[in-house]
Amino acid sequence: MDPMYYIYLATLLFSIGAIGVLVRRNAIIVFMSVELMLNAANLVFVAFSRMNGNLDGQSVAFFVMVVAAAEVVVGLAIIVQVFRTRQSASIDEPNLLKY
Amino acid sequence: MSIDGELVVFIICGGLSVVGALGMVLSRKAVHSALFIAMVMINLAILYVANSAPFLGMVQIIVYTGAVMMLFLFVLMVVGVDSSDSLIETIRGQRLFGILFGVALAILLIGGIGSSVNGRQDIGLNAANDEFGGNVEGIANLIFSDFLFAFQTTAALLITAGLGAVILTHREAWKPKATQKELSVARFMVGAGHPGNKPNSGVYARHNAVNTPAILPDGSLSLESVPAPVRSRDDSLLIDHRVVSTVVELVEGEDQN
Repeated sequence: MDPMYYIYLATLLFSIGAIGVLVRRNAIIVFMSVELMLNAANLVFVAFSRMNGNLDGQSVAFFVMVVAAAEVVVGLAIIVQVFRTRQSASIDEPNLLKY
Repeated sequence: MSIDGELVVFIICGGLSVVGALGMVLSRKAVHSALFIAMVMINLAILYVANSAPFLGMVQIIVYTGAVMMLFLFVLMVVGVDSSDSLIETIRGQRLFGILFGVALAILLIGGIGSSVNGRQDIGLNAANDEFGGNVEGIANLIFSDFLFAFQTTAALLITAGLGAVILTHREAWKPKATQKELSVARFMVGAGHPGNKPNSGVYARHNAVNTPAILPDGSLSLESVPAPVRSRDDSLLIDHRVVSTVVELVEGEDQN
C-alpha cells in the first residue's frame, strides 16, 4: 500500500481540525480541535518515518505527544480559570485586550 | 489484484477517524465532541501500529485516550456539560470563511505535499526496527543518544506544566477562615434560625417513615420534623393523609381523655 494515503488522511484531519478551531466558539472544543491537528501531524511523522526507513520521525512524534500532554494541562487550567472569573467557556467572552 | 490487508485496515480506521473528526466539529454538545475525538485517537493508534510504530500506537492510547481525554472530560465536568456553543456569530461571515479556509488548506496541503513527495519509494521500517532488536529498542536508542537533551528538556517541561496547572487553578482565600467561636456566635445570633438540631420525624407504633411528622409537647404537628423535599411535594402540609389523620386521632383521643 502506498504510504501517501496516510499523508492525505492526515492532511484531511488537519484541515478538519483547523475548521474546528475557526468555527467553534466553545473553548474546550477549540482545544480538542488543536489536539486533532497535533495528532494529524503525528501521523505525518509516522508515515514519513516509514517511507524513509528511519526511526527519527517516530522519536519526534513521541516528543510531540509529550509536549501536547503538557500543553493540555496548562491550557485546561487556563480554561478553568477563565470559567471561574467569567462563568463562561466561550472564547468570545475574554475581551479585555479588545481596543 | 490481491487484497492488501493494510489497505483494508486503512480504509476502516481512516474512514472512522474522518467520521469522528467531522462529528467532533459538528456535534453541538462538548461531551459528544470529546467522545468523538477519543474515537479518532484510537483509530489513529491502530494506524500507527499499521505503520510499524507499535510503541507510538500504545503511547497514543495510554497518553491520549487514557490521560488527555480523561482530563478533558474532567474539565467538562467542572465547566458544565451543557455549555454548548452560542449560535450568534461575533464576526459576520466567520463560519463561512472558516470553512472556506479549511477546504482551501486541505486542497493546498494535498496538492503541495502530494506533488512534492509522491512517487518516493517506500523503504519500510523493518530494517531500522531490526537493527536493535525491535521498535521499542530502536526508539530508545535514538531517544537516549541523539535526542537525549530534548528528552531531558521534556522532563523539565512536564514538571513546569504540572506546577503551572497547580498555580493557575489555585484560588486564594479572600477572608480568614472563621474560628469555632465565631461560628458559634453566628449560630445563636438573632435571625439565624433554630440553633440546634431539627426534631426527628415521628416514631409511632405503626409509622416511623420520614414523612411522618412528630407531635410537639402541645399536641400540634411539627412540620420541621419532615425533610424539606418531602414537605415541598404537592400535599405540602398533609404529607400522608392517612398517617396524619391517624396522628390527629391520636392527639384528639388524648385530649378527650
